[in-house]
Amino acid sequence: MEAIILQVLNGLDKGSAYALIALGLTLIFGTLGVVNFAHGALFMLGAFIAVTLRRVFNLSFQTIDETRTDFLGNAMTVNTPYVEHWFGPEVGSTIIDWSVPLAVLVAIPIMGLVGVIMERGLIKHFYKRPHADQILVTFGLAIVLQEIIKAFYGANPIPTPAPEAFIGSFDFGVLLGFDPFSIMYPYWRLVYFGFSAVIIGAVFAFLRYTTFGMVVRAGMADRETVGLLGIDIDRRFVIMFAIAAIVAGLAGVMYTPILSPNYHIGMDFLVLSFVVVVVGGMGSLPGAVAAGFLLGILQSFASMSQIIEIVPGINQVIIYLVAVVVLLTRPRGLMGRKGVMEE
Amino acid sequence: MLGLNKADARLYLIVVAMLVLAPFLLNPFPEGSGMAQFNAGYPDLMQKLVIFGIFAVGYNILFGLTGYLSFGHAAFLGIGSFSGVWVMKLLTMNVIPALLVAMLVSGVFALAIGYVSLRRSGIYFSILTLAFAQMCYSLAYSVLTPITGGETGLTLSLDDPRILGVSQTETGNIPVPNLFGLDMSAATTIDVGAWNFTFSAGYYFAAVIMGFAFYFSIRLFRSPFGLMLRAIKSNQTRMSYTGLNPRPYTLAAFVISGMYAGLAGGLMVAMDPLAGSERMLWTASGEVVLMTILGGAGTLIGPILGAGVIAYLESIISTIGSTVLYNWFSGLPEGLSTFLVNIIYPFVGSGWHLTLGLVFMLVVIFLPGGIVEGGKRIGGIFRRKNNEPSDTKTAAEPGE
Repeated sequence: MEAIILQVLNGLDKGSAYALIALGLTLIFGTLGVVNFAHGALFMLGAFIAVTLRRVFNLSFQTIDETRTDFLGNAMTVNTPYVEHWFGPEVGSTIIDWSVPLAVLVAIPIMGLVGVIMERGLIKHFYKRPHADQILVTFGLAIVLQEIIKAFYGANPIPTPAPEAFIGSFDFGVLLGFDPFSIMYPYWRLVYFGFSAVIIGAVFAFLRYTTFGMVVRAGMADRETVGLLGIDIDRRFVIMFAIAAIVAGLAGVMYTPILSPNYHIGMDFLVLSFVVVVVGGMGSLPGAVAAGFLLGILQSFASMSQIIEIVPGINQVIIYLVAVVVLLTRPRGLMGRKGVMEE
Repeated sequence: MLGLNKADARLYLIVVAMLVLAPFLLNPFPEGSGMAQFNAGYPDLMQKLVIFGIFAVGYNILFGLTGYLSFGHAAFLGIGSFSGVWVMKLLTMNVIPALLVAMLVSGVFALAIGYVSLRRSGIYFSILTLAFAQMCYSLAYSVLTPITGGETGLTLSLDDPRILGVSQTETGNIPVPNLFGLDMSAATTIDVGAWNFTFSAGYYFAAVIMGFAFYFSIRLFRSPFGLMLRAIKSNQTRMSYTGLNPRPYTLAAFVISGMYAGLAGGLMVAMDPLAGSERMLWTASGEVVLMTILGGAGTLIGPILGAGVIAYLESIISTIGSTVLYNWFSGLPEGLSTFLVNIIYPFVGSGWHLTLGLVFMLVVIFLPGGIVEGGKRIGGIFRRKNNEPSDTKTAAEPGE
């Protein structure tokens, strides 16, 4: 029992990341009719916004500390980050410590801007072109973005820790009445799960309770009719794209403490998120979210050593196997509707 | 000639001539000159150009003719490589059985994967092939390590039980791949003035295979089967209304292109008997898509041109380091040369993939018809200068 609960919990954070990327992908599919292979790159950009912010906070100047000497008797130089100098050592170090959550605030405008630039500069010209062209041009863009990141940050993963307050694990065992320490779950993963639940909830609420959201949902159901009603679809497309970019970016920012980001983290998540979208049913937002969590949890179950002993390597292929089985039995995915992305 | 019409026969002869004369054509700069690093006339690179040409020609049958964008064809390349090495380990170092088995095995895999993937079309198909390829890669990289060598890749070893042939040569080395005794790595060099022209057995063997592969592709393009594939691309619904089921045709096209990929993979190990799972990564599939698109999808010659350009650029550009750049600009004032080096450096050497991505985007945005389309446009400009009416009919024609 403990093992099952643990695996469900373990799957949640990965599932959250899949769900967030798949949510953005589905929004863009459904409203704009564009297949965005660069969506993983947006996730990666978010992660590197967190990395960059931490580096900016750590920018420091050197001073000579007369009170301390090294073993030769020379005065030691001390690196003081500017933020500590300006805000005082206490507040300054707290700011550095909290750089990942603070990066969320920075990432929202940046990712929004990136989304707008991407839509206006590139995607706009591809609405009328075949899906193959959309896939190809966004695939090219994804390569370009990840190579730019590689040129600036190198190929190695960059560890970006969570705030100290969230280091350590929460003991679910005691909470649920099992033995202490039987189910341990890192605090930051809880934060990530909660964060993604909030984001998903916000996106759904936005679509459900605002006029804008109503129009977007109408557009997902029947794009042409909405256009015929005289609604300025173009402006809404930009906003939708920006929202999807922000969601992917925030997913990336908050994921950095869980998996140190490197330049191909976007591609890794993209392939899986596409599978998630297909399993969930293309164009279905609840489908994308549900399939994201489902596949994340399945993946962590498949990584259990007891299961790997029976079926070696199942953890590597479980997601693809599920995708194949789902598509063969329910060709539109778990919650797919007719007529979305079908040629 | 050979059952081809006049234009096709001319095109075929041009390609054959290019293949035969490649050691000269690709070696335009004298040895030791500053431009010598742009020479591509050495066997490794020429073989690579031809092998990727075969890969792209086969991919074109699926993507160019049928319009199905597969993002997983590198899987078949990898499967062909692995089965080729296994034939060499178990049976013989002769390359012919390795190639045949590579084609056969990748054909079987293509049949299985195609059967499932082709139940869906459009974006679903792309994602399904991508998922299958990624699955093959994961399996080859980790689970199937006894068969595929996992991280290190699959290589020949000194204790391979080669049924037809010896496990070790008399000197205790691993025997090299051969064609009925003709050593694949054998090469002769002819010096003409400052030029060295290398003729290698391996390259010419690959070139002969390419000749056959290209001939088969032309015949397929011009056959009723090829016409059927084009009909599927232009309007599948209309085709089903006429009472034809597109599925067998698309599946056949998928298997044929998978076998081409397997042949290319088999040729890779015939030239250099080792296979690694990184050959199956989905970015590698992206590269063959780019080759086909860059040259011109759906045209006969396009994929060969595209494969040539990309494989050439990859080999040449990725070897340019910052010192080479400084040498180039050493005649310029220091500030200017540093500026130029800093501008160019991110795009060469290890930054090759950035260039690749940019080329990818630029081609898709501005030249969806690829090099062939570009050539036609340039030709069109000249024709208009001669006051001839612009030839819109050729542009609208499907295929070459």
